[in-house]
Amino acid sequence: MKHSISMTVNGKEYSGEVEPRVLLVHFIRDHLGLTGTHIGCDTTQCGACTILMDGAAIKSCTVFAVQAEGAQITTIEGMASNGELHPLQEGFHEEHGLQCGFCTPGMIMTSVELLNQNPNPTEAEIRHGLEGNYCRCTGYHNIVKAVQYAASKQA
Amino acid sequence: MIPYSFDYKVADSLEEAFSLLSEAGENGALLAGGHTLIPAMKLRLSEPDTVIDISKISDLNQITKDGDILVVGALTNHATVARSGDVMTYCRSLGEAAGVIGDPQVRNKGTIGGNIAHADPASDYPGVLLSLNATVVAKSDSGSRSIAIDDFFTALFETALTEGEIITEIQIPVLGEGTGSAYIKFPNPASRYAVVGVGVVITLTDGKCTACRIGITGAADHAFRASVTEEVLLGSDLSTDDIEAACQHAAEGQELLSDLAASANYRVHLCSVMVKRAINIAVERAIG
Repeated sequence: MKHSISMTVNGKEYSGEVEPRVLLVHFIRDHLGLTGTHIGCDTTQCGACTILMDGAAIKSCTVFAVQAEGAQITTIEGMASNGELHPLQEGFHEEHGLQCGFCTPGMIMTSVELLNQNPNPTEAEIRHGLEGNYCRCTGYHNIVKAVQYAASKQA
Repeated sequence: MIPYSFDYKVADSLEEAFSLLSEAGENGALLAGGHTLIPAMKLRLSEPDTVIDISKISDLNQITKDGDILVVGALTNHATVARSGDVMTYCRSLGEAAGVIGDPQVRNKGTIGGNIAHADPASDYPGVLLSLNATVVAKSDSGSRSIAIDDFFTALFETALTEGEIITEIQIPVLGEGTGSAYIKFPNPASRYAVVGVGVVITLTDGKCTACRIGITGAADHAFRASVTEEVLLGSDLSTDDIEAACQHAAEGQELLSDLAASANYRVHLCSVMVKRAINIAVERAIG
């Protein structure tokens, strides 16, 4: 049986009809057309599907869309405003924090919460904070520098 | 997408959850944070016909102090436990364990009640809760009962819970003066689950060990207490030699797991090393 759901995504109201078995990441990508949120492993490990749900970074492959009824969702598409990149997006650009870019949306969304909790993290705290996000290209070094860039820009 | 269809119901209260659970019968499953249930459903290890979402029952999502007991609601997520000032002050090792479960995103969703109900043998909470002498409160439409943590984990993915029961809270005695606690783990390098995880609570009175509880997770098919080590430590001065001798018995009487991460023999070794390290941290904290 389908359920009616509505949620706020990147400041806009969305609603839809979904079966309970639809995962939030599929709702975001297939129903809303917001394909910036990626599906990597589909097993709660790689973090490519990370979004913010009511301010907390979560893996949207491990949440049913029906669970997000009434929630405030932010995806990578909601990061830039008025044509200006978010400091984290700018950091990944400036510090060459990506190669293929597949993991980048998830890295950025996890880093948003990381910097909200701890605006001035040490290198070790950044690495620990990104434990749930895999990158198979960069070796993480420039990703850490990108987060440091954003932290100093937001300071 | 999950490969098969199922019904989804939301319970706004515990009473509603009981009635939905009884309607669903044995093919109903409770959904809290979903970080055990949903992965299991993807693999068809779990195929409930009805998923009952209890995550919105706000009474079960709080940490309070009731006299000498810290009460952690079953729906409290790991991130909240790890960041709680009350947990840090009164039951430090609980926060330590919560902070090393999975990764930040997992800690934002997974709940303490869901975690222990699942009873994964490599999960962090069972070890630390055994050491903290916790009590699990479970309710059903026929009443409420308290289950001592020593009786809670019974076998691989098995607990003392019976059909129709829902964990509502975990009660933990506040650690008193002269008592220190610690939780550390040797994580699987890929999954970060505990190959061996150790919780220790130790009390010192006039330089002697007057109380001690040690819980070990990850090593066997369910978490267990290092009873022989506890007995050897009781009444000792906790000298380096005392601790060294006691730790050799950490896995005594247990049948340990053997898998890709570690052989049973290696786990025996890890148990003694990790117990020793955890005792040293707890003793340091007990002395303050």
